[in-house]
Amino acid sequence: MSEFRIKGATGEWEVVIGLEVHAQVTSNAKLFSGAATAFGAEPNTQVSLVDAAMPGMLPVPNRECIRQAVRTGMAIEAKINKGSRFDRKNYFYADLPQGYQISQLYHPLVGEGTIEIEVEGETKTIGVERIHVEQDAGKLMHDQHPTRSYVDLNRSGVALMEIVSKPDMRSPAEAGAYLSKLRSILRYVGSCDGNMDQGSMRADVNVSVRRPGEPFGTRTETKNVNSVRFVMQTVEIEALRQIDVIESGGTIVQETRLFDPDKGETRSMRSKEDAHDYRYFPDPDLLPLELDDAFLDECRASLPELPDAKRARYLSLGVTPYNAAVLTAEVEAARYFDALLEAGAKAPAAANWVTSELFGALNRLGRDIEDSPVSATQAAQLLGLVAEGTLSNTLAKQVFEIMLETGDDPAKIVEERGLKQTSDTGAIEAEIAKVLDANADKVAEYRSGKDKLFGFFVGQTMKAMAGKANPGVVNELLKKALDGG
Amino acid sequence: MTQITDLGVAALRDGIRTGEFSAREVADAFIVRVSQARQLNAFIVETPEHAIAAAREADAARAAGETLKPLAGVPIGMKDLFCTKGVQTTAASHMLEGFKPEYESTVSQKLWDAGAGMLGKLNLDQFAMGSSNETSYFGNVISPWRRQDGGNAPLAPGGSSGGSSSAISARLCPAATGTDTGGSIRQPAAFTGIAGIKPTYGRCSRWGVVAFASSLDQAGPMARDVRDCAIMLEAMAGFDAKDATSLQLDVPKWEQGLNPDLRGKKVGIPKEYRVDAMPGEIEALWQQGIDWLKDAGAEIVEVSLPHTKYALPAYYIIAPAEASSNLARYDGVRYGMRELPEGANLQEMYAATRAAGFGPEVQRRILIGTYVLSAGFYDAYYTQAQKVRTLIARDFERAWLDCDLLLTPTAPSAAFALGEKSADPLAMYLNDVFTVPSSLAGIPAMSVPGGLDKDGLPLGLQIIGKPLDEQGVLNASLAIEQRAGFTARPGQWW
Repeated sequence: MSEFRIKGATGEWEVVIGLEVHAQVTSNAKLFSGAATAFGAEPNTQVSLVDAAMPGMLPVPNRECIRQAVRTGMAIEAKINKGSRFDRKNYFYADLPQGYQISQLYHPLVGEGTIEIEVEGETKTIGVERIHVEQDAGKLMHDQHPTRSYVDLNRSGVALMEIVSKPDMRSPAEAGAYLSKLRSILRYVGSCDGNMDQGSMRADVNVSVRRPGEPFGTRTETKNVNSVRFVMQTVEIEALRQIDVIESGGTIVQETRLFDPDKGETRSMRSKEDAHDYRYFPDPDLLPLELDDAFLDECRASLPELPDAKRARYLSLGVTPYNAAVLTAEVEAARYFDALLEAGAKAPAAANWVTSELFGALNRLGRDIEDSPVSATQAAQLLGLVAEGTLSNTLAKQVFEIMLETGDDPAKIVEERGLKQTSDTGAIEAEIAKVLDANADKVAEYRSGKDKLFGFFVGQTMKAMAGKANPGVVNELLKKALDGG
Repeated sequence: MTQITDLGVAALRDGIRTGEFSAREVADAFIVRVSQARQLNAFIVETPEHAIAAAREADAARAAGETLKPLAGVPIGMKDLFCTKGVQTTAASHMLEGFKPEYESTVSQKLWDAGAGMLGKLNLDQFAMGSSNETSYFGNVISPWRRQDGGNAPLAPGGSSGGSSSAISARLCPAATGTDTGGSIRQPAAFTGIAGIKPTYGRCSRWGVVAFASSLDQAGPMARDVRDCAIMLEAMAGFDAKDATSLQLDVPKWEQGLNPDLRGKKVGIPKEYRVDAMPGEIEALWQQGIDWLKDAGAEIVEVSLPHTKYALPAYYIIAPAEASSNLARYDGVRYGMRELPEGANLQEMYAATRAAGFGPEVQRRILIGTYVLSAGFYDAYYTQAQKVRTLIARDFERAWLDCDLLLTPTAPSAAFALGEKSADPLAMYLNDVFTVPSSLAGIPAMSVPGGLDKDGLPLGLQIIGKPLDEQGVLNASLAIEQRAGFTARPGQWW
């Protein structure tokens, strides 16, 4: 991988990046209460007595949240800790009803794993330090009243996975690729919906700079960055800021910062000296979490084929590397493509069709592939008609447009509208004869060496055949008529 | 004829079943008695309507020829640490004054399901922190007992379940719930001449019980004798999916299993419980207890629990540490009191609310707990205390190789006068010296009245048992109870 360097006034700098990603676990219920977790619900309608920290209320771990975190760990080949424990992180804030967040500091659920990323065609392995599960906090609303703030506890107690990378990334592009890949894996596994704009996934971005080859510099942590693009921007902006500080004779302080996308800058939130003393200690309301083999086996058995494996399989089927990457990036596209293959479509042609025709159409219609108007089965039928010669590519495009509008099966459309391509040599020869007669001057030009006119005759013939002629047959017969005649 | 209010749980239950008296008569008798004893300050809230409703149901069921529930028509007292739906639940704090939960604690619900009625919410030390009931925001409870020294010094009923102990010994209710974190059932039972058992940690659900120290808090019954405690405990115990530390075990039939014959049982006498400056009378009662157990057929062996002396310091690190975190939720934001000085920001609201809502002892423990969990002190205090806790538990496990039960005094002294120790927290904490080790180990322990001291004040003996062996604890306690013949009761001066 070409090394990313920032040129400062005093020489070159290397950027070191680590990401802590908070991913909301896909689950109908919160981590320690039975309350629902619907996004966008009216404030304080998704709140149980436990989430509101009423006196005497107790947390009970939600098995499904644990299961999803374990499956995520397995998807990145991480060590799953059969014994883990919950700790309390104590601090006061109005969005934190208990006065502590239940998290896992000392004994996380998932240990070390790895994620492979690809940047500029080269692959790199990024280490994952750990994954632990913890509760989300509520949300303060400052715009409801002129002098007061309101609290919405809908998110309070929602299960999060915190996925902590090692400081293995060295460029904004690597940070972006890591976050995209992680998001893709989570969505494949189904442990997080990856909706960054709804806050289902957000990253704390740790950045430091150093002279190439020297020890790590002091890092800053920019909190709650909520898109791949913003993460890349944060890395770049923060690295440039740090270089500027150091080159002007200053030192970097370990601190928490905030990214302001409007101003394109990061700002200090609080320094290490002001940092909370969270007084972590094991949560006495909860017993250590013990996972048995049957549970782990079920978690493993329920894992789907993951992006890397899928991509390798597509490549082995003759799909181009570009198409394979595009098709595996989003789990929904891969699902569609797999269904297409399942229905009998040939991989390379199907891949081309999905990435060009289907994606183009969906883009135009503003629809997602999950609610594509043309099902994978119908698409496979369409591609089958092309493969067997019933439809030319041009006709296929027409049929596809009609399918998008009507939702009808391609065979029905072909039948009803007579769009079948013809290889009937008699009919084609008759049209060719007419075309040549009507264009005697061009025939003469062609025969005196203007080869380029061949395409003109093809076009005229196809037009005369209303596009339904088999282009191969047209070519063959035209050649015979022009050259042989 | 004996007064109804002199009867215990079993006698009331049986009398209602046989129709000797109606449940309504029982409820009315206790309601009147409660209303006449307000000087004792045992109740924070009286709930006669609740007791009457349960009585009506019991009488109706009997009239209809139905089988009566285990506690049908028996009115009890509820320590005000248990959340009761629609009834003010305060933990004896200013912070929760006026707080009416919209939910019922598992333990209280089980009691109502068993047919019991509630006479009221019983006073306690604030957030169950104290050994004398002097830390209640609603004023101290007064013990019905008085020294026979001619003086009338009001005495402490013990704590934290002081309202429970006072009410039972004054015959305001036949039984009550208590909670025990480091001795809060057993020490008040000993101070007031009644019985009380802290079961194995996890037997009774903590759901809906205002938390003090989660890894130690355990509900249990208090009553005038061992049988009544067994009946109550059967109703209170049982697995609860809403408490992750609840034990998934069936509830034994403890009452049916009562058997004072201790032949074949070995009772250990831990030598480390002979502390300095223990009154001779307690020493003598302990010896008396040994003789009673021998008489019941038990073999007596001396055992060693070498880490006993570290139990109290470890307890006063672990319990405040957990409390400092458990009490963080009382912040003035969602319920309970809120102090909002003019122009105050969020931090200032927290500070003002918690300064006004928590009493001095609660504040002291929050400060201790915050300190021992702080960066730089955590290992020296909290980690060390957890290690001690493990060693204490191991002490007991080793002892069980040589014996089935342990006999110790419950407290190092008889009841003291109100105000006598409240200025010296450390002297107060020493009250828990015999009760704390079994709390740290999570094992069952019971206090049963043994006799009176020279001033005519009750003294208790403690039986400690193996995990889940509440039956063994109850049986040995019953053997003592039968031999002690404890019939003393406080004169009615109120």
